[in-house]
Amino acid sequence: MQRRWPFFLSLAACLVVAAFLIVPMVLSILAGISENFAHGLQDGVTLRWVGEVWRLYADTIFLSLQIALATLVATILLGVPTAYGLARAPGGVARVIEEALVLPLAVPGLAIALALIVTYGGVTGFRQSWLFILTGHVIFTLPFMVRAVLAVMLSSNLRVLEEGAASLGAGPFTRFLTVVVPNAAPGILAGALMVVTLSIGEFNLTWMLATPRTKTLPIGLADSYASMRLEIASAYTLVFFVMAVPLLLALQRWADPRRQKRRRPVAAEAVR
Amino acid sequence: MTSRLTLVAVLAPAVAFAFAFFLLPLGQLVLIGASGEEGLASYWRVVSDTLYLTSLANTVLLAGGVTLATLTIAAVVGPFLAQNRFFGRSLLVALLTFPLAFPGVVVGFLVILTAGRQGLINEISRWLTGDRLVFAYSLAGLFFGYLYFSIPRVVLTVMAAADKLDRATIEAARSLGASPLAVARDVVLPALKPAFIASGAICFATAMGAFGTAFTLATDITVLPMTIYTEFTLGANLSMAAALSVFLGLVTWLVLLAARRSAGATVAAAG
Repeated sequence: MQRRWPFFLSLAACLVVAAFLIVPMVLSILAGISENFAHGLQDGVTLRWVGEVWRLYADTIFLSLQIALATLVATILLGVPTAYGLARAPGGVARVIEEALVLPLAVPGLAIALALIVTYGGVTGFRQSWLFILTGHVIFTLPFMVRAVLAVMLSSNLRVLEEGAASLGAGPFTRFLTVVVPNAAPGILAGALMVVTLSIGEFNLTWMLATPRTKTLPIGLADSYASMRLEIASAYTLVFFVMAVPLLLALQRWADPRRQKRRRPVAAEAVR
Repeated sequence: MTSRLTLVAVLAPAVAFAFAFFLLPLGQLVLIGASGEEGLASYWRVVSDTLYLTSLANTVLLAGGVTLATLTIAAVVGPFLAQNRFFGRSLLVALLTFPLAFPGVVVGFLVILTAGRQGLINEISRWLTGDRLVFAYSLAGLFFGYLYFSIPRVVLTVMAAADKLDRATIEAARSLGASPLAVARDVVLPALKPAFIASGAICFATAMGAFGTAFTLATDITVLPMTIYTEFTLGANLSMAAALSVFLGLVTWLVLLAARRSAGATVAAAG
């Protein structure tokens, strides 16, 4: 079909929006590797600022990775059995439990953090350890894991497979580990990518839950934006991009619901 | 087939966790909101005290404006990317959805780099007209920051919905002589209404509760999350911070609930 003016008009609109999103990122990357941002790249390119960031903030990077991995483990351990239970429980019960579990999505992070502080802020050992931040991250990301896994469990014909396994004598625990979990793998992967990406970038909750000894990457970023020269703040942002962008790309690749539908579920192959 | 015991065993850990670290703390927050000197009247102050009311009005207007702007952009970009195939399309989609899940602080910093004192826009403006142009720390800066983190989410949702549209209806309208604009107005956009309502509500609720961007920009206009933060840290007014948080959480929850109801009804009506 011949392209007409509406096509090019819309394409132009898309390009403007894309530029709005990308140009600031490019600016930030350039500022992070330039000797002096005020002079642009005239004074040359350097990794000095990135080195400076490493010296000042390496611990925040490691703490963020540690918390993201722990959040991932916790959301898998809590979320996969929950999704299975929700797929099996009678409708009414499942609805109520699902509502309660996804409620953190509808409440701003600041409010969740404040609620945690007023309830557990007095437990000093807990309040001052990284586990306090971990708790907040698990509450906030669990809905994403549960939803991603539940979507796959409801769409694949897991029930038939499980009945087959049961008729061959497999107990509930064996069925869960050898039939349910492998078949839910695409959902677990999509949920896992979402959980790690969100945990690494989480600020709203974390800012309230962090202490001077437990600073994550976004907390360090806020700190550098307020008190460091523009080049260091930009180099730090660059470090964040380097960590987040591969995750976001993987998310686009594997967590796209359209792709997921096209991919045949493991179950389908087993039945045929 | 799944025994009741198995169900309890698989559901209990997450339910216990959510109860201990979310529902219980939330209940505690509601109680503390009513524990100030004025008791329950703290909640009334949220909507009667000029300071809080101004902050609330700012937040609602900002979130509403950002939602409208984002939906307008998504209405153009979403269906276009879903219906057309051309060279560079997947790159364009990747670029548009890239900033998904960037923290608010990073978005605030990007606004500073673009529209701040040392920013690109200021440089261009000085070069073109000789005048300074700095708006990062004003309402406009907040608006563009919020727009920045809203676009990827909403575009993704609308694009996915547009992808599922019945191509035959669009082709029929076209072959009957409808102009591209008429097709968009009478066929595509009405069919996308549920997606607009759902993603618009999420966009609005997210903007209401967003904290990082306003925090980084430290603008002169206050938004509700900043007010809560200030009450908590500088004012040491825990009960007021709690009352404001409960109010904010209630608003975002109700918006999402209403959207889900109405979008669900529309879907049902369409089916």
